[in-house]
Amino acid sequence: MQTLRRLNLDWWKSLLFGSRARSGLLFSSLLYALLIAIGFVYLYPLLFMFVTSLKSPSDLLNPMVQWVPTALYTGNYERAYRVLNYPNTLMASILVSVVPSLLQTFVAAVVGYGLARYRFWGRNLVLLFILATFIVPPQNTLIPQMLAYKEQGLLGSPWAIVLPALLGQGYRSAIFILIFYQSFLSLPKVLEEAARLDGASDLRIFLTIAVPSALPAFIVSFIFSVVWYWNETFLTSIFLEGGVTTLPMQLSRFVQAYESLYPPGTVNIFDRLNEAVKMSGTFLNIAPLLVMYFLLQRWFVESVERTGITGE
Amino acid sequence: MKNDRNLITPRLREALHGYAFIALWVVGFSLFTLFPLLETFRYSLHRVTVTVEGIRLDFVQWANYTRALFTDPNFIELVIGYAVETLVSVPIVLIFSMIIALFLNQDFKLKGLFRTIFFLPVVITSGPVIRELTAQGATSAPGIANLPAVAEFIAQLPRTLRNPVEYLLTSFILILWFSGVQILIYLSSLQKVDKSIYEAAAIDGASAWEAYWKITLPSLSTANLVNAVYTVVTLSHFSENKVIQYIYNQTYAVQGGIGYASAMAFLYFAVMVILLGGVYLFLAQQANKERN
Repeated sequence: MQTLRRLNLDWWKSLLFGSRARSGLLFSSLLYALLIAIGFVYLYPLLFMFVTSLKSPSDLLNPMVQWVPTALYTGNYERAYRVLNYPNTLMASILVSVVPSLLQTFVAAVVGYGLARYRFWGRNLVLLFILATFIVPPQNTLIPQMLAYKEQGLLGSPWAIVLPALLGQGYRSAIFILIFYQSFLSLPKVLEEAARLDGASDLRIFLTIAVPSALPAFIVSFIFSVVWYWNETFLTSIFLEGGVTTLPMQLSRFVQAYESLYPPGTVNIFDRLNEAVKMSGTFLNIAPLLVMYFLLQRWFVESVERTGITGE
Repeated sequence: MKNDRNLITPRLREALHGYAFIALWVVGFSLFTLFPLLETFRYSLHRVTVTVEGIRLDFVQWANYTRALFTDPNFIELVIGYAVETLVSVPIVLIFSMIIALFLNQDFKLKGLFRTIFFLPVVITSGPVIRELTAQGATSAPGIANLPAVAEFIAQLPRTLRNPVEYLLTSFILILWFSGVQILIYLSSLQKVDKSIYEAAAIDGASAWEAYWKITLPSLSTANLVNAVYTVVTLSHFSENKVIQYIYNQTYAVQGGIGYASAMAFLYFAVMVILLGGVYLFLAQQANKERN
């Protein structure tokens, strides 16, 4: 009887507080409660954006309607779609983020390989300068770049974004170079030596041995690069002004664009610009990234864990 | 042919190949970073006027710098605000992302779902999106900042404390949204810690609490440094940053001009480097203490 009660107690104890083998009920419910709370705080702006974007003008004015709109209203999206000039700006955004990202990833791989696999004078200096390019604020190099582009007639053309990426100076390129540096450092030297004995050239070793081994680094660099280029608006808006218009650029001049399409004096009060339309525009802006994220999110997280981004 | 082989030693050969791999970067660095940086510094010492033929430079020594530091009432205030906000945000981002990473390092159901949620901000955080959300009040801690009791509490605080606390409340979600990459970095460090160390500690009778302070935290010291630097740089480069916007507006202002904006850019850069250095030294010292 005594032992039975003892056993029973132990069972309860391990259920609540956990044992070596599994965590207890108390612990896991606390964990879930915290995760759900933090998750809600994280998603709150997104939920707010999405719900607001579906509200009709009368729902917006109705204080009773907070989280559930009375009817599914898509008028905001129709207008935001037209104001953003969606098909054109979407294509421009894709062009201005995917092309530089491809170039930037490849160049970062080449540079990272050179730094990781060869000993030469000035290597540490170059590493130091690469870190410096990450720290220097964009406005410290912006004006001469802009003036030079203007002189060459490149201002407003996609080349203004592509050229720096091609020469390893793309947006946040330092991070990508360091990712590749890390990942090539861990490549065993034996493979390289074996290939060299077989008469392979350095370029060939890089392309056939190093590149396939660094596949996670390529994926992670490309994805992050696309995301950061897409979201970067400070440099893009200055270099592309008057030429290509990307989605975030059009979003930042949403009010003017709306008023030129729907002049405030001529439309009825329900077609005036309101926060629901703005939120629809914002949502349309991030929708392509959300789609990409949900398609690729396994890669997104797992390859970061595998590339060892930390750099010991 | 034979002579050539003797001239080029294996070491020189290796160095030349290395240079070939990084040549592209060196060219790019000179063209797109080093030269513009020096040129901006030259502008900062001149009064720059844009004319039809090009730009005209009038040497004014350090006048642009003294103007930003001693005459301009806005610049210093904005920079102080930026420094305070950064120093408030960095510990919050670090602690928060560490907690999330520790959670996500556990095994539990729906882990994938939560992971997806916590990395979402990495994907969507951009200047215009944040601006729209902030304008709608969607980035403040839900409801807290509007409570009368909280408003009363803030009003009671001394002036020096009021701004950081207010910033904290109104931009709480925003600060958390800057934690995505940091969570990833902590997570990848956590996964490198050898599991057997925890088992050995548990056999020796260490509780989970002790294991955290004695094993987990010291092994995260490098990640701490990387994350702190990353956070400071991201916050300082963010396009909605008030100092950056002020500098940008001054570039085109009649009163300001390119020379003045360049001087402010360098002063801002200096403050940023000081902040980075301070945070770095502090964390490096902590890491050393833990090791001893």
